[in-house]
Amino acid sequence: MSYLDYKVTQTPTGIRKILYLNWPLVFLLTAVSSVGFLMLYSVAGGDIDRWARPQMERFAVGMVVMMALAFVPIWFWRGISVAAYIGCLLLLIAVDLFGAIGMGAQRWIDLGPIRIQPSELMKIAMVLVLAAYYDWLDISRVSRPLWVLLPVVLIMLPVGLVLAQPDLGTSVMLIAGGGIVMFAAGVSLWYFGAVIAMVVGLVTTVMKSRGTDWQLLHDYQFRRIDTFLDPTSDPLGAGYNIMQSQIALGSGGWSGRGFMQGTQSRLNFLPEKHTDFIFTVLAEEFGFIGAMSLLALYVLILGFCLHSALTNRDRFASLLTIGIAGTFFLYFAINMATVMGMLPAKGSPLPLVSYGGTAMIILLLGFGMVQSAHVHRPR
Amino acid sequence: MRKSPAEILESTRLIGRRGLMLGGIQLGVVSALGLKMRSMQLDHADEYRMLSDGNSIKLRLIPPARGLIHDRNGIVVAGNEQNYRVTLTREDAGGDVRTVLDRLTRLIPITPERMDELLAEFRKRSAITPIAVADRLNWEQFSSIAVNAPSLPGVTLEAGLSRVYPRGGDLAHAMGYVGPVSDYDLSKIEDPDPVLMLPEFQLGKVGIEAKLEEVLRGHAGARRVEVNSAGREMRELSRQEGQQGATVQLTIDARLQNYAAQRLGQESAAAVVMDVQTGDILAISSSPVFDPNLFVRGISGPDYRALMEHDHRPLADKTVQGAYPPGSTFKMVTLLAGLDSGVINGGAGYYCPGYLELGTRKFHCWRNSGHGHVGIVASLEQSCDVFYYELAQRVGIDRIAAMARKLGIGVRHDLPMSAVTEGIAPDREWKKARYDQEWRIGDSLNASIGQGYVLASPLQLAVMTARVATGKNVQPRLIRAIDGVPQPMAEAEDLGLNPAHLDLARKGMDAVMNSNRGTAQRSRIIAPEWRMAGKTGTSQVRNITTAERARGVTKNEQLPWNRRDHALFVCYAPYDNPRYAVSLVVEHGGGGSAVAAPVARDIMLFALAGGLPPLSAVPDGERAGMEERHKLMTLIAPDDQPASGSSRA
Repeated sequence: MSYLDYKVTQTPTGIRKILYLNWPLVFLLTAVSSVGFLMLYSVAGGDIDRWARPQMERFAVGMVVMMALAFVPIWFWRGISVAAYIGCLLLLIAVDLFGAIGMGAQRWIDLGPIRIQPSELMKIAMVLVLAAYYDWLDISRVSRPLWVLLPVVLIMLPVGLVLAQPDLGTSVMLIAGGGIVMFAAGVSLWYFGAVIAMVVGLVTTVMKSRGTDWQLLHDYQFRRIDTFLDPTSDPLGAGYNIMQSQIALGSGGWSGRGFMQGTQSRLNFLPEKHTDFIFTVLAEEFGFIGAMSLLALYVLILGFCLHSALTNRDRFASLLTIGIAGTFFLYFAINMATVMGMLPAKGSPLPLVSYGGTAMIILLLGFGMVQSAHVHRPR
Repeated sequence: MRKSPAEILESTRLIGRRGLMLGGIQLGVVSALGLKMRSMQLDHADEYRMLSDGNSIKLRLIPPARGLIHDRNGIVVAGNEQNYRVTLTREDAGGDVRTVLDRLTRLIPITPERMDELLAEFRKRSAITPIAVADRLNWEQFSSIAVNAPSLPGVTLEAGLSRVYPRGGDLAHAMGYVGPVSDYDLSKIEDPDPVLMLPEFQLGKVGIEAKLEEVLRGHAGARRVEVNSAGREMRELSRQEGQQGATVQLTIDARLQNYAAQRLGQESAAAVVMDVQTGDILAISSSPVFDPNLFVRGISGPDYRALMEHDHRPLADKTVQGAYPPGSTFKMVTLLAGLDSGVINGGAGYYCPGYLELGTRKFHCWRNSGHGHVGIVASLEQSCDVFYYELAQRVGIDRIAAMARKLGIGVRHDLPMSAVTEGIAPDREWKKARYDQEWRIGDSLNASIGQGYVLASPLQLAVMTARVATGKNVQPRLIRAIDGVPQPMAEAEDLGLNPAHLDLARKGMDAVMNSNRGTAQRSRIIAPEWRMAGKTGTSQVRNITTAERARGVTKNEQLPWNRRDHALFVCYAPYDNPRYAVSLVVEHGGGGSAVAAPVARDIMLFALAGGLPPLSAVPDGERAGMEERHKLMTLIAPDDQPASGSSRA
């Protein structure tokens, strides 16, 4: 209940809140999304109706959601964090039980017109619940084993459910997202060191399990690892995509081939060029300058979030902001590393740029909370 | 719980430190991404750009060789042959396609119409797309083009495999054929194999070829090739061989199949030979046949029209798609239904005055003068209709229909062929559902002699015969082994019919052939070890109208072909130790005993003898005709091996 410590009366009220929004962040999000519109227009071969227009509509909806959320007091978000987490957990269980089969994995709940991907929602809910937890927890206890175990359980419950789908990529993101909040909350670095050591051990074990009766991953996941290590080993499958993606990226050069001039992307060498591989199109058509500009926009978003977090005396608000920004960071870093061939292909979108509603709405929802934290900061 | 200012300060300090560390880590990752971009886009840009547009590496699929199909003895019935093709690329021809084509015309025949088509296609397609000018070149044409290559810029010779059916039309209906992949085909497949997009790729369209497509197709290989900016291959960088489709072995005996096809000749007919113990289909022949190779090569308009407009419907597979009123061959079903339900016992008999009056309607026996008192065996032997009218009235249609289904009529048999019919074993419920009418006793009478609503395919008749012969629930099968792995055979269970009842039916069928008054006595087999039992059937397609009767048309032969009776015959042999069942339908052939029985007998003999049977197996009067027929046939020699057709196994 620490908000009572701040002079609540000094937080802006009503429509005046709009003046206290983190406006640079709003502009940066719009700028990044606009890059997305441009690229979607380009990959559709100059057809705005194919992807760009629906994406703009979603962005508009997302912006409205973000603004609406920004007006909701930050203590409301803390109040519902546990309920949101449990709700998402139940949805995840529901997906595991009745989820529609999509891409060889159960990930969605079909509710007629909308499809909910609870694992995406969970990324936000997890940050919420962990931020609330560390807000509640006495700082002196943060690194006590028992008080470290509880957030670990909070992370591993949804991770287990997501793994059962099975969706390794999202599981990794959930762990990393939760880890970022724990890290920011001040959990001793020794724990992180231990986890890293365990992961290394686990990876070794998993790789050794291949071909035995206790094989821990699906064959296709092992093949992806093979392909990652040597893209040419599967020239027809995923390795083909990565090879083509690298060729397209590299051939962009300093300034690129020009808008709508990317040959690799044009000639359909790239699959899913409007979703997971859209960064490739950008890098091919606008070259190093274009790619770095987008990266710079992303870094600026991170920077403004971090600044907002570090100048906010509300522990919950700070942790929430860092957690959401961290999730955002994971999205774009994983996507870029994937298309450059630095990570195994796993099908993750480039945040705010890739075509697709779920990720965009979820992220803007998250940024809505970041804005709420910014607006309702103790003064 | 309020937080003290000290706590808040502590928290802010901690988050500040950790936040900056986190920011540092994130910045580190972003720098790594940036450096990688720098390395790819600035330091190695030239290499990637070369890969992208100069000499670029392309992936070419190697189409897999389609799996071979053998008969039960290893004779190839569907193979692959080398197909030499010549393609022309406009850009490499220096843009002057016409001149190159004119030169080609001197080496290979290109009709003026084909020339126009080609020129139109060259205008339409991209300059770098190779277009097939001609395929199925013979070796002379192929080599003459190769020799003249320097004066034929842009011309490429390609060798590929294409499907061939060495036995021609023999097995055309069951086998089906392959053809080019159409957009419609692709639309039906979820996540189509990329190999299907290859321009020359062919997939199974109908029959076994279609049903076993997945098994036969194999897996594509891939080659990485370096191509120049014109798209022409410079060299091959790596190669990953594909996997040929599985070899499928059928239960068919190609030699018997070939004999059956020739024996049916140009009649519109169907014959099925089945092993009564295993259910193996040894021959399944529909006539007239068509040459499936025509479809593989792309059938011409006139050829296709000729097949479509032929009144004997060569494209229809009459063995499994055709549903015919089984006529008197259905009498075993009615009889067994009567015996099984206890309505009659072995000693039963009815009096046949030549007709049966039912209310105001008169149901005729085929023999107007009547059969007098008829027992069970005699009822089959002489095919007395009135016996079955009497029986049907007492048994009721539902029990007859149940027996029909038990014996395989009105049931869809699961064979990998196209449009396998279910036939009709009608009962009250069926008529209610189909016509919304009540079942009438007259319907039962018609059904009892295999007329009216009853429909059965030749396959179903063969299954029925096999089941009567063995008393077991024999299931037909067509696939013997896939890639050398024998396919599971359903263990034939006992049908649960009283052996004494089955024996009566068999005795009746024996009498049809081997007693002096039997309807098919002329077609009997006199070799004692092959003694055959059978049943004739003549099913009306349409009644002779009163108007026709007035004009004096009373005989079947006087009617136009397509309104004459169907001739049917089912049989099994040897009588005391059954091995094969044969069913035969000659559409509009006339009488079952005169038309269908001799053909079925010949096919049965060929199966029993494992080749041309000795003439001594048939009665004196039949030998001359049989010898004459055999002289006109060209059969597969007993030791004929899969010589033609395939180089890859």
